[in-house]
Amino acid sequence: MKNPYLPYPVRIEEIITETEDKNLKTFKLVFLNPEDQNEFVYLPGQFAELSIAGKGEIPIGIASSPTEKGFIAFTVNRVGQVTTHLHSMKVNDTMGVRGPLGNAYPWKTLEGKNIVIIGGGFAFTTLRSSIVYMLDPENRSKFKDIHVIYGARTPGMLLYRDEVAQWEKRKDIHVHITVDATDDPDWAYNVGFVPTITEQKALVGDDDTYAIICGPPIMIKFTQPILDDLGYAQDHIIMSLENRMKCGIGICGRCNIGKEFVCKDGPVFTLSQLSDLPKEY
Amino acid sequence: MKFIRIDKENWEKDLQKLRRSFRLIGPVKADQDYLFKTLGEAEFPDFNFLNTRLSLKSLVLPQSENMFEYSLDQNREDYHVLKEVKRNSAQCVVFGIRPCDAFAFLLVKPNFETPEHVDPYWKQAFEAITLVGLACDTPCSTCFCTSAGCGPYHEEGLDVLLVPADDHYLAKAITEKGKHLLKAADWDGDTASDVAEKEMQARKLAAEKRITSFISTDHLKEKATIDLYDAPFWEDVAFSCINCGICTYVCPTCWCFDIQDETRGKSGRRMRNWDSCMYPLFTLHASGHNPRGTKIQRVRQRFMHKLKYYVDKYNNGIQCVGCGRCIRLCPVNIDIRRAGELMNNYKPIA
Repeated sequence: MKNPYLPYPVRIEEIITETEDKNLKTFKLVFLNPEDQNEFVYLPGQFAELSIAGKGEIPIGIASSPTEKGFIAFTVNRVGQVTTHLHSMKVNDTMGVRGPLGNAYPWKTLEGKNIVIIGGGFAFTTLRSSIVYMLDPENRSKFKDIHVIYGARTPGMLLYRDEVAQWEKRKDIHVHITVDATDDPDWAYNVGFVPTITEQKALVGDDDTYAIICGPPIMIKFTQPILDDLGYAQDHIIMSLENRMKCGIGICGRCNIGKEFVCKDGPVFTLSQLSDLPKEY
Repeated sequence: MKFIRIDKENWEKDLQKLRRSFRLIGPVKADQDYLFKTLGEAEFPDFNFLNTRLSLKSLVLPQSENMFEYSLDQNREDYHVLKEVKRNSAQCVVFGIRPCDAFAFLLVKPNFETPEHVDPYWKQAFEAITLVGLACDTPCSTCFCTSAGCGPYHEEGLDVLLVPADDHYLAKAITEKGKHLLKAADWDGDTASDVAEKEMQARKLAAEKRITSFISTDHLKEKATIDLYDAPFWEDVAFSCINCGICTYVCPTCWCFDIQDETRGKSGRRMRNWDSCMYPLFTLHASGHNPRGTKIQRVRQRFMHKLKYYVDKYNNGIQCVGCGRCIRLCPVNIDIRRAGELMNNYKPIA
């Protein structure tokens, strides 16, 4: 019987400091046993438990795309015990990964549709995975227009800066980068909060257009009415939730909202699914 | 159905036979209360109890359980890699479990054995136990099993039902496991089935009549989750709660657990421990945000889980067997029967 609590051993291949406050780092991980990599089959939107012996586990969205082979990547905010320890670890250290866990963004439903991705701050990780996945030459033709609105407090707080700048130049994706404020006179992109930029740049909602939105609660709170005004139906707005988790497989009982477990029935829900559930997230 | 008569005077001799192939677990008196423990060579189950303070859930979900071991010694090849620990899979027999506590295992099962994931610790432990239930002729005043999908002679969840009579027990094998056990003890003395059946039915009816308190559940399924969640009575229900968590620890169907690493020197183990939705740390995010940060939210979670979320998720009745432990042991007299009544009768103001 496979033990779903047993992490796969992995080696830290690369560590990238993402933000100017050095509080966000991306960890590229390589499986110690190649057969484990074959078992770790995932889609953008899923997460995994990063496991550090002696410290515990932490659920983190997968930032790499399944189209990127040979590694998996996670961008981690230093905030609690496990993440603080992880930030002190070095390349070639061994740790564990348990997953993939949870559901993915509904890729079958999204095929043939316009996709509007709205992200704020460090919640951009599984959105990065999604963008890389959709831009893959094998996948790009499956989707119509792709729009991305991505905001951070300052230019130095944007994740994956070089990559996002590359996307911004491309013709097959419309990227709107924004910051809350900046004193950089050479800043070439937008200034303004994500809801404002959404109002200006996002596609009008219709049957063929889906919004995927991830960000801090305050951003979601003010973006939601704008999507309503733009005509997005509740089942065309897709969100990813987070709650405190331990098992990650719907057994330990703490991450529930109503009868749904964020770890197993989510973390991806449509707004219409959430409207019937208690707001315990 | 075949009933087997076991004379009380042979009882202890028969149990000795079983010790050869099974670990025996039974109720014993400890101070003022009874508890279940592994019986030593000269120990026998003491059936003079109403019910034990704790249920038997720790048989399948120990209060603290070692999941993995690891080394933090960087000179070792396998440092930081979690290793499975050897688990005790010895077969054991529980004598004297009450039908409610046995039924509880079946309510918990769909959480630990889902179509997607099977909890190997729970499953292995569950498969290693044979449950010999003791029919309940003297209920506690807080028992409401008959309205919770269970009953004093309830058979679901048991492998053998044992009915105490004057100088003998009547035993009925309910599962293959149960038949196997009766065989191992050489309990094969058949008894006139129709007489035994009549005796059993009469006792069962009498026992059911002694249960005089109830929980209402018939309308729970049709209520909208969000209506019940937003109902005005939660503040009142939760008012006296001190969030001690005893209700969740004594509950045979509460299964929530925590996973924690314990390190000593350079080696350690990953443990799973009972946890409780009554505690604010249960849901506290690393950011400081807490979706169930207040007492009312936590009390509501416990009752909503047992009487609504579970009902909707598994279509398996309520997540309660009516053992009444949470009512008996609550220091501030919070009563699940009252919460059930309020929820079941609630009509949102249109």
